[in-house]
Amino acid sequence: MITAEKPRTQAEALEAVVIRFVGDSGDGMQLTGTQFSDTSAMFGNDVATFPNYPSEIRAPQGSLYGVSGFQVHIGSVEISTPGDNVDLLVAMNPAGLKTNLYAVKPGQTIIVDSDSFAKKNLEKAQYVTNPLEDGSLSNYRVIQVPMSSLTKEALKDIEGLDQKMITRSKNMFALGMVYWLYSRSPEHTIEFFNKKFKTKPHLIEANTKVLNAGYFYAETIELIPNSYSVSPAKMQSGTYRIIMGNTATAWGFLAAAEKSGLELFLGSYPITPATDILHELVKHKHFGVKAFQAEDEIAGITSAIGASFAGDLAITTTSGPGLALKGEALGLAMMIELPLVVVNVQRGGPSTGLPTKTEQSDLLQAMYGRNGESPVIVIAASTPANCFTYAYQAAKLALEHMTPVVLLTDGYIANGSAPWKIRKVEDLPEIKTRLVKEGKEDWHPYNRDEITLARDWAVPGTPGLEHRVGGLEKDAGTGNVSHVPQNHEVMTQVRAEKVRRVQSFIPELVPEFASEGDLLIIGWGGTYGSLHTAAKQLYDEGFRNIGFAHFNYINPLPKNTEELFSKFKKIIVCELNTGQFASILRMNFSREFLQYNKVQGLPFANTELIEKFKQIVE
Amino acid sequence: METLTANKYTYKDFANDQEVRWCPGCDDYVILRSVQKALPEMGVKKEDVVFISGIGCSSRFPYYMGTYGMHGIHGRAPAIASGVKLANPNLSVWVITGDGDSMAIGGNHFIHVLRRNINLNIILFNNEIYGLTKGQFSPTSLVGQKTKSSPFGNTQPPFSPGELAIGAQARFFARIGGNAPKEMTDIFIEAEKFKGTSLVEVLQNCVIFNDGCYVKYTDKSVREDKQLFVEHGKPMIFGKERDKGLVLNKLKLEVVTIGENGITEEDILVHDAKEKDPTMHQMLVRLEYPLVTGIIRSYDDVTLEEREDALTAQIKAKSEFKKTDDLFFSGETYEVK
Repeated sequence: MITAEKPRTQAEALEAVVIRFVGDSGDGMQLTGTQFSDTSAMFGNDVATFPNYPSEIRAPQGSLYGVSGFQVHIGSVEISTPGDNVDLLVAMNPAGLKTNLYAVKPGQTIIVDSDSFAKKNLEKAQYVTNPLEDGSLSNYRVIQVPMSSLTKEALKDIEGLDQKMITRSKNMFALGMVYWLYSRSPEHTIEFFNKKFKTKPHLIEANTKVLNAGYFYAETIELIPNSYSVSPAKMQSGTYRIIMGNTATAWGFLAAAEKSGLELFLGSYPITPATDILHELVKHKHFGVKAFQAEDEIAGITSAIGASFAGDLAITTTSGPGLALKGEALGLAMMIELPLVVVNVQRGGPSTGLPTKTEQSDLLQAMYGRNGESPVIVIAASTPANCFTYAYQAAKLALEHMTPVVLLTDGYIANGSAPWKIRKVEDLPEIKTRLVKEGKEDWHPYNRDEITLARDWAVPGTPGLEHRVGGLEKDAGTGNVSHVPQNHEVMTQVRAEKVRRVQSFIPELVPEFASEGDLLIIGWGGTYGSLHTAAKQLYDEGFRNIGFAHFNYINPLPKNTEELFSKFKKIIVCELNTGQFASILRMNFSREFLQYNKVQGLPFANTELIEKFKQIVE
Repeated sequence: METLTANKYTYKDFANDQEVRWCPGCDDYVILRSVQKALPEMGVKKEDVVFISGIGCSSRFPYYMGTYGMHGIHGRAPAIASGVKLANPNLSVWVITGDGDSMAIGGNHFIHVLRRNINLNIILFNNEIYGLTKGQFSPTSLVGQKTKSSPFGNTQPPFSPGELAIGAQARFFARIGGNAPKEMTDIFIEAEKFKGTSLVEVLQNCVIFNDGCYVKYTDKSVREDKQLFVEHGKPMIFGKERDKGLVLNKLKLEVVTIGENGITEEDILVHDAKEKDPTMHQMLVRLEYPLVTGIIRSYDDVTLEEREDALTAQIKAKSEFKKTDDLFFSGETYEVK
C-alpha cells in the first residue's frame, strides 16, 4: 500500500494572507492598498501594511524605478509584520511584475493587467520576451485580466471623463477583484468615494462602477484564492516541486496509468473547482491520455464506464452538483463491478451553493447518494501534495478490487499549493490489475478472487471471454440475469463484503501528539492543515492529553479505528459541514462523539479550534 | 478490425444460450436475427464486437448476443459506447436504443454522438411508444395518439428521428421497416462499413401497445406503393408498377408518374446519399408519401478518432515527455538535504 507523505511539514492552513499591489506610480496603488487594509480592518482582521513608493512623485511611466507598491498583511491571528512572502501579487504593468516577483513563492497567485504587457512596456521593464507567454511564470498561478480594456468598457457611458481619468481608475478594478477573492464587501470603499468626490458625482459613479465591475468579473470567472501557505518547517530530503492540489490529483492518475500499464481515460464536464484537473490532463496527449470533454456530467461518467469496460484506467472528475448527476451511473459501475475513480472536488452546497468556497458536505452523498444498496470505496486527500498519493491510491484500489472509488478533495486543497516530494514511478507500489488475457474453460465474468472478492476483468478484444454485463441483478455463479430472491441477497452481501475487505489493504490510523488521553481530535480530508496546526499549538503549549487522528479512508474505515477510539475519554469530530462524518462514526461505534462544525464556506480558523479544544479539556 | 479472408462465422456464432424474452410477434426478433446474420458478413472478429444499450424493451438486446455487451442505464448508451470506442478504436461498437431512450431521456447524448462522428453504429428501434413501462407516449408518438399517459390524445408534437439526427450533423442515416429483414441486414452491413456514426432507424411494430402503427407503409400489400426504397446513384422510382418517381418542383419534392404528362425515367431525381449538403436528405426524410426507406444519407467525413489520433501522434512526436517521471522532474524543482 502507498503511504502518504507526512504532510505536517508541508502545508499549514493559511491564517493570514499577504497581498501586494504594484503598478506605475500613477496607477493609484497606495490608494488601492489603503482601501483594502481599511476594509479588512473593519472586517475584523488584524492588519499590517507596508507602502513602498518611488521617491520621484512622477517617475517615468512604466519604468522599473517608477514602480509603486503597497503591501497588506491581513489575518485572523495577530499580525506583527507586513509579511515576508507574498501570497497574491497584483501587478498593473510589466515593471511592477519584474521588480516584485522575487517576493512571490512558486505556487502563489499573480493577477496581471494583461493589456499593459505590450511591447513598449515590456521594453521599459527590460523584458526581452513577454513573461506571460514565454513560460517563465509556469510555477505561479497567473491570472491574466485585460483590466485596462474592461475598465474602459465599464466607463463608456459616463460623460465628463477624459482618457487619463479612465486609465487611472483601473486600480479600482483590481481592488474589486481582490475584494471578491477575500470575501470583503466593496461598501466601505464606495462610502469613501462618496465623501472624497462629494462635488464630482461623475467620479463617484465612475469609481463605483469600476470597483463593482472588478468585483463581478472575479465572481464571473469564479476566481478562487490560494488557500495554503508554504511552511518553512523541516522536510524529508529529496527533490521537491511546488504543486497545486488539482495538478497533484491529475499527476497521481498519470502515474497510476503508467504503473498499471493501462491507458488513462478521463470523461469530464467543466465545473468549478474541479475543472483544473481536466485542464491538466488534456495537456498530456504525449502519454496517450484520452481526456474527453463530454456533453454533460452524466456522459462524463458513462463514457468513463465505457472506457473501463474496454480496459482503460477510467476516471471522471466533478464537484458536488456533478456528483449528484452521476449518481445513477456510479450505481451502474458498482453493479457491473468495473474499476472507476470519481473525483469530487467539494465546494459549498447545496444546489449551486458557493462554487468558489470550500466545504465538506458531500461526504454522505459520496457514501449513500445512489439508489439501492450500493457501497463504494470512499477516500479523501488531506493536503495539496497528497492529492497525488490519494489519486494514485484510488486508482490502485479501483483496479485491484474492481469497484468504483470516490476520491474526495475540496476547493481548499485543490487550489492550494504546497511542496511535493517528487515520487518516481518506479518507487510507487505495484498495481496488479484483474485483467484476464485469454479464454478459459467454463469462465464466468463474475469469477472472484477469494481474498478480495474482486471479479475478473475481461475486456472486449479478448477471444473466448465474450460476455454481457448490465444493471440488472445477475446470477452469482454465471453472471446471467437473475431475479431469484435469494441470489439478490447473496449478491448484495458480496458487493458490500468486497468493499469491507478493502480494510485489510489500507493503512491503520496513526495518531499524532498523543496515543491516549482525554481528548482525541478527529478530522477527515482537507481540514488536515487547520486541525494539525491547532493540535500542534496545544502540544507546544504543554497539553499532552490531546491526540489528533485524521481520516483519509472513510469507507471502509481503517482497521484500528475502534481500538484507537477506546484510548480516549472524549472524541471531537471536526468538519466543515453539520456533522456528516460524525453520523457515520455513530452508525459504526456506540460511543459519544462531540462535534465541532462550521458551514461558512471558510476553513477552520486556528483560534476557534484552540478555544473549543481547551474548553473541553479544562 | 482485422478482415477475415473467409467468412468462418454463421449467425449462430453471434447468438447465445439465453432465452429471448420479447413479446411473441415483436419486430425485435426480426432485428436481432438480421443483426446476427449481418455480422458474419462484416469481416469482424466476434471478440471485437460490442453491443451497448440503454433501458427499454430494445435494450435487452445485448443479453441475447454472443458478443461483448453492456446493458447500461436509461439514455446513456451513446456516451458509454463513445468511451468504449475511444478506449479501443479497434472494436466494432453498436448502440441499441429506442425512441424514448434516445430522444427523450438520452436526447443530449444522441445529438452529441452524431455531432462528433465517432465510428460506431446506432440501431434505433422506433415503435412510437414506451413499451417496457407499458404504453405511455414517446417523443415520436403522433399528436392525438391515445396512450396510457394520454388517454384523451397526445398533445406533444413528435420528433422525426432522421430530421433530428441530420440536424445534429449525422453523416449516415438509414430507415427501414421492421418487417424487411433482408434490406435491414444489408443496411446493417453498410452501416458497419461506413466510417463515422451510422444511425439506422427501424420502424418497429409494438404488438402490444402500438400495434399497426406502421401498417399503412409497411404492410406487404401496400409497401411497394407507399415506400420509396432509395439506393445511391439510382433514380428514385417506386410503386408496384415501378412507374412513380420523385422530381423537384420549385423547392418541393413532387411525385410524378412516368409516362404521364411527358415524364420519362430521365426526369426522375437520382439519389445522391454521399452529398455533403443535407438539404435533399432532409426533404426525403420529411416526405410522408412516399415514405422514404433505405440509406438516405451517407456522407464521408473525418471521424473524431481520426482527429484525436492525428493530434496525439503529432504531440507524441515532438514532446520531450516520454515517461511521467520526465514531467514530474521538469521545470522548477529544488533539493532538500
